Amino acid sequence: MIFFELFWTFLKIGIFTFGGGYSMVALIQNEVVENHEWMTAQEFTDILAISQMTPGPVGINTATYAGYTAVVNAGFPAWQGVLASLLASFAVILLPIIAMLIVYGYLSHHKNNPVVAAMFRVLRVTVVGLIAAAALLLLTEESFGVPGLNRQFVVSIVLFGAVFWLSYRHRVSPIILIASSGLVGLVAYSL
Amino acid sequence: MFWQLFVSFWKIGTFTIGGGYVMIPIMEQEIVDRRKWLSREEFLDCLSLSQAMPGVFAVNMATCIGKRLGGFRGVLCAVAGNILMPIALILLFAVFFRYFRDNLIVERIFMGLRPAVVALIAAPVFRMAKSASVSWRNCWIPIVAALLIWLLGVSPVWVILAAIAGGLAYGWMESCRGEKGKEGSL
Repeated sequence: MIFFELFWTFLKIGIFTFGGGYSMVALIQNEVVENHEWMTAQEFTDILAISQMTPGPVGINTATYAGYTAVVNAGFPAWQGVLASLLASFAVILLPIIAMLIVYGYLSHHKNNPVVAAMFRVLRVTVVGLIAAAALLLLTEESFGVPGLNRQFVVSIVLFGAVFWLSYRHRVSPIILIASSGLVGLVAYSL
Repeated sequence: MFWQLFVSFWKIGTFTIGGGYVMIPIMEQEIVDRRKWLSREEFLDCLSLSQAMPGVFAVNMATCIGKRLGGFRGVLCAVAGNILMPIALILLFAVFFRYFRDNLIVERIFMGLRPAVVALIAAPVFRMAKSASVSWRNCWIPIVAALLIWLLGVSPVWVILAAIAGGLAYGWMESCRGEKGKEGSL
């Protein structure tokens, strides 16, 4: 049953993702953590970290990893987790590919249709809110520590600020930022 | 040709870290400059179509370019090539990471990673706000969307559906008002 649910869930996630992998994060988090409780917010954050460090589209990586984790957390053996992850990745790309094949050629002509253009303008603006929600939902005590003057919270806030600044202002690549944050964590928590 | 397509997208998928948009310059170099499969204009057409359509951006790109070059078989080759290695690698992580998660060193590393990941998701919010031309007049849309999802637990699916309906209604009203709003006030 979980396989069917997983397929259906990722089918939905695929077709409702507009504006790339980061808006997909909001959808996956909503379905996988909030609705189905297949994993905790912390596990999901770890999956995001790994998905950004390994090659390939972040959306596919997150779907693959989340599919595996959901099924293995539910008590199924690892090989069924592998099947589930393939199923989730397949589901997530299936409808967008079909949609692309259908509108290919059609949409390039109608892109300048004012109604269609307005729809995409509103979607682009809305997606910004979707990504903001994903970030807000991940601001948890599990990831940042309990607010106050303790080591984990202070280190977390400093790291958050630094990574945000370097990524937003200086466009430092995510792989470098993630790798160095891991190093900072290792040093700061080993002292 | 199909084999070449597969190999090209295999390379693009395997050697880009950090998501779809990192792939753009590498795709452009491989598809336009090196293989000369598409002109730069055709490539940009695919790019804007892939951004407009739902789904993972890199897979949309592979679908669009594959379709243009080799029809349905082209799509299969390009998409399969694009996601093969990433899926294999992330599966390796998924299977083995559980055994290391409770390791003290791994735990410390991830305590550093978690706030960084959240920051990496927060940064594109402000970057995209610029490119999506969010202004004082329409900034309520993303703010309401974020609050609905964050505080009220509304599914993003409903927010997207509302945005599609609202956008179509808005565009329809604009075009009914005729030439008056030709700049588009949004």
